[in-house]
Amino acid sequence: MVKRIRVILAILAILSLTLLFLDFTGTAHFWLGWMAKIQFLPALLALNVVSLLFLLLLTLLFGRVYCSIICPLGIFQDIVSWIHGLSKRGRFRFSFTPAKSWLRYTMLGVTLLLFVLGLQTWVGIIDPYAAYGRMVATFVSPLYRWANNFLADWAEKMDSYAIYSVDVWIKGGATFVIALLTLVVLAILSWKSGRAYCNTICPVGTILGLLSKHSLFVPVIDKEKCIGCGLCPRRCKSSCINPAERKIDYSRCVVCMDCMEVCKGKAISYRRRPTKATSSEKSGEVDMGRRSMLTASALFIASSSVKAAKKHVDGGLAYIEDKQIPNRQTPIVPPGALSINNLALRCTACQLCISACPSQVLRPSSDLSRLMKPESSYERGYCRPECTRCSSVCPTGAIQPITKEEKSSIQVGHAVFIKNNCIAFTKGVLCGNCARHCPTGAITMVPSDPKDESSIKIPAIDEERCIGCGACENLCPARPFSAIYVEGHQVHKII
Amino acid sequence: MSEDNKSKNREGRRNFLKLLGGGTLLASTSLIGCRPNKEEHGGTHKNVVPAGGMTYRVSSSTGDKVSILGYGCMRLPTVKNGSARDTEDEIDQEQVNAQVDLALAQGINYFDTSPVYCKGRSEHAMGIALKRHPRNTYYIATKLSNFSSAYWPEAESKAMYYNSLKELQTDYIDYMLLHAIGQSGTAQDGTQLNGMEALQARYFDNGILDFLMKEREAGRIRNLGFSYHGDIKVFDYMLSMHDKYKWDFVQIQLNYVDWHYAKEVNPNNTNAEYLYAELEKRNIPAIIMEPLLGGRLAKLPNYLSTRLKQRDPEASVASWAFRYAGTFPNVLTVLSGMTYMEHLQDNLRTYSPLIPLTEEELSFLHDETARLMIEYPLVPCTRCQYCMPCEFGIDIPSIFSHYNKCVTEGYIAKNTQDENYRKARQVFLVGYDRSVPKLRQADHCIGCGQCTFACPQGIKIPEELHRIGDYVEKLKRESL
Repeated sequence: MVKRIRVILAILAILSLTLLFLDFTGTAHFWLGWMAKIQFLPALLALNVVSLLFLLLLTLLFGRVYCSIICPLGIFQDIVSWIHGLSKRGRFRFSFTPAKSWLRYTMLGVTLLLFVLGLQTWVGIIDPYAAYGRMVATFVSPLYRWANNFLADWAEKMDSYAIYSVDVWIKGGATFVIALLTLVVLAILSWKSGRAYCNTICPVGTILGLLSKHSLFVPVIDKEKCIGCGLCPRRCKSSCINPAERKIDYSRCVVCMDCMEVCKGKAISYRRRPTKATSSEKSGEVDMGRRSMLTASALFIASSSVKAAKKHVDGGLAYIEDKQIPNRQTPIVPPGALSINNLALRCTACQLCISACPSQVLRPSSDLSRLMKPESSYERGYCRPECTRCSSVCPTGAIQPITKEEKSSIQVGHAVFIKNNCIAFTKGVLCGNCARHCPTGAITMVPSDPKDESSIKIPAIDEERCIGCGACENLCPARPFSAIYVEGHQVHKII
Repeated sequence: MSEDNKSKNREGRRNFLKLLGGGTLLASTSLIGCRPNKEEHGGTHKNVVPAGGMTYRVSSSTGDKVSILGYGCMRLPTVKNGSARDTEDEIDQEQVNAQVDLALAQGINYFDTSPVYCKGRSEHAMGIALKRHPRNTYYIATKLSNFSSAYWPEAESKAMYYNSLKELQTDYIDYMLLHAIGQSGTAQDGTQLNGMEALQARYFDNGILDFLMKEREAGRIRNLGFSYHGDIKVFDYMLSMHDKYKWDFVQIQLNYVDWHYAKEVNPNNTNAEYLYAELEKRNIPAIIMEPLLGGRLAKLPNYLSTRLKQRDPEASVASWAFRYAGTFPNVLTVLSGMTYMEHLQDNLRTYSPLIPLTEEELSFLHDETARLMIEYPLVPCTRCQYCMPCEFGIDIPSIFSHYNKCVTEGYIAKNTQDENYRKARQVFLVGYDRSVPKLRQADHCIGCGQCTFACPQGIKIPEELHRIGDYVEKLKRESL
C-alpha cells in the first residue's frame, strides 16, 4: 500500500517535471512550476527558505523520500532499474555493499569546494535535477516539438488555430554531448546497480543521507519475524540492507518500500524508528506492482540530428542568408539574471529557461566558465518586451522573477552600430528598421554626414535608454552580420 | 499560257482581295451602326454607347436643362496616356477634343473645370476643345480657386476670374463656384486659418463675393454657387445666407459611403445625408462630386464587388456608385473625371438613361456595402506579384492576403476589450506564422519603397506593411 503511494507519486512527479521541460506554451509552468522550485539544489541556490525547510522536515520525518518521489533523476533511475527487474535474472540482482563513505564525503567536499571557489558550473553537471532537465531538453523536447508540429500541420488543414508550429534546433553542442554522457552513464549505472549514483556521487543524496540517518519514520526489520531468507538485500536497489546484522543503512535508504513488498514474513514495516534498533531478516518473492510507465521508453529515444530546415526558397522570394552570431566582448544574459556572476553562481544549467524561451533567444553557453548556462543571442528572435518566461520558470534564482514593467527598464546590454554593415552605406538605401522597432526609442535616425542635412540617415544610439533587447539586431536587414548588435553588460542596470 | 496572262491573273486576284477587304470594312461599319438599334430591342451588348437617351435634370434656379452626367476636367489625358492631374506630361489635346466631341454627341452638356486643375492647364485645353462647338450647346462651370493667399487681394482674385474667361475663350460662365469652402488656409504671414476664417479672407473681406454677385446681375455669371469640403460650420453659415446670396446651386461630396459614414472616411467630413437634406430643404440644386470616393468605389475588394456582380453581372462596379448619386432627384448633375474613353463610355451607358435605384438598392449600398467597407479596410492587393521579389525577402502578397483574410473573416481586434479579442489574436498570430515565415514578415520591411512603383493598385506597400507590423506588435504585446 505504502509502496503503491510512492510509485504513484513518483510517476506524477516525473511526468510533471518532464512536462515542464517540454511545454513551450507556459501552461505547464503555471500549474506545475512549483515542482522545479522544491528541487533541493535550486532551492538552496535560490535561498528558498520555505522549500528548504520543507525538504528538511520531510527528510527528518520520513527519510529520503525526496529521492524517490521528488527527484526526477532518482525516479528516472528507478524506471531503468525496474525495467531490468522485469526479467527473472534482474529482479534479484542486488546485494548488500558497505557504504562508500569516503567517496560520498569526498564528492560532497568537492562540491562545497567548488561552491566556495565559484565553480558552480561543475556542480551543475552532477546536480540530479539539472542533469535530468538537460536530458529531457536535449532528447525528448525535439520529439515532443516534432509531434506538436505534425499536429499543427494537421490542425492547419482542419482550419484550427489551437496548435501552432515551433522551431526545432540544436541549441548547444557541449550541452548535447554532456547530456548524452549523463544519459549513458546513468542508464548503465542504474541498469546494473540501482541507486549507485545517488549513494556515491550525488551531493544532494549525501546531504539528505546525513539527515535521514535520524529520521522519525523508517523501514524497520522485525528480527522476531525475520526468517533470514535473504531476499530483501537482493531486491534493495540502494544495496543498503545488511542481512548479517538485519540492519538497514538509513543514510542510503531512499524509502522505496521494495523490501517490504518482497518480505515473506512481513517482517519489514514502515514505522516510527524504535528506540532500540531491532531488525529482522525475511524474504519473500513478490511481483512488482502493475505500473504503466509508457513514458520510460520515450526517454531512450535519442535524436542525433536536429537540423533546422527553415530555408523555404520559393520562386518569387529572394533568398535570405542566415544571421551569424556577432563576436560579443561580453555575453548577454537575460533580464532578471542581475549579472553574469549571479547567473554563473546560482544556475545549475537545468535548461528550464532555455526550453521555455519562446523567442529562440536563450541557448546554453559553450564557454567553460558558464558551461550550459543560458545566454542570449538574437539571430533567431529577440527578447520580446511582453515576455518574462525565463524569469518566471527559474527555480534557482539565477534569473530572478521580474514583471513586464520592470523588464522594460532593465539594461542587459547596449546596442553598437557597425557602420560598414549598414545598408545605408552598402546599398545606399534608407532603412531605419532598427529605429522603427526599438521598444525604448533609444535609436534615432540622423544624417550620416553631420554637415549635410540631406545625407542618408543612419542610426544613432542613446546607450542610456537602450535595454539590449536585440530588436534592432534581429530586425536589421544586413546579413549575415547585422549592422547593429548588442554588447552584453557584466552587471545589469536599472535605467 | 504566256507571262502576260499570268501577271494579269495575279493583278485580278489582287483587285479581288482589295474589293473583299473594302467589303469587310463596310460590313463591319454597318454592323456597328446596327448595334444601337439592337440595344433598343432589348439587347445589352457591352462596350457600346447607346445613342441618345441621356437623362437630364432641370435646375429649379435657372431652368437649365443639365445632363445628369457632368464632365469633370481635373484628370484630362496626357500624351503619355496618363492623367494630367498626376504628371507634368503635355495634355493630349487631340484626345481631349475627341472625348469632348463624343460627350457632346452623347448628350453631356456640363463641363466642370477650374483654374487649378491639371496643374493649371485644364481651362486652356477645355477652351480649345469646346470652342469647336456652338456656345449654347453646353454649360461651362469653373471656379474662383484662390487657395493661395497671394490671390486673396481683390485685384488678384479678379485677375483669376478674368483669366478664366480668357482661357475658356468665352465671355460668360454658366456655373461659377467659390472653390472648396470649408477648408482651412494659410495667411500671407503664415498664420493658420480655420474654415470660417479662410472663407472670410478669400471671399468676404476682399469684396469678391459682392463682385461676383454683380457679375451675375450683369449676366456674365449665369449661376453662382460654391463647392464645399470640410468644416460643417462654413456650410451651415453659407446656407444661412441663402436669402441674401440666392445660391443657384451647391456642389457637395456624395456617394454611398459618405452618406452615413463620412466621418469614418475623413473625420473632417460630414455625412452626405445631412448636406443633401439641407439643400433639398431650400430647394437648391445639388451638384455631386466624388461619386466614386476618389476611385475607391470603382475598385472594391473582391468580396464586395462579387456582391454587386451577383445582382447584375453586366454592370460595372463603378456604375452602381454613379446610379446611386444620380438617383437623388434634387441632384442636377454628377461629375466624373474621365481620363480614358472607356470611363466616358461606361458612364454614358450608366446614364443613358439613368435607371434610378430602388429603396432596397439604396439601402444595400449606403447601409450594408458602406458598413462593410468602413469596418474592414482591406488592402486592395490582387496578388499580381509585380512587387516581388522584394530584395529583402518580404513576402508582400502573403502578408496582405493573410491580413485581408482576417479582415473579411472578422478576426481583426480593435482593442483588448473586444468580445472576440482572444480568438482574433490567436487566429491572426498563429495564422500569420503559418502563411508567412518569420523572416519574411512585415517587421522586416525596411521601407525602401521599391515595391510601391511596381504596384498597379497604387498600394503604399511600405506604409501598409508597417501598419500591419505595428498591429502584430500590439497583438503580441497585448497593448492594443
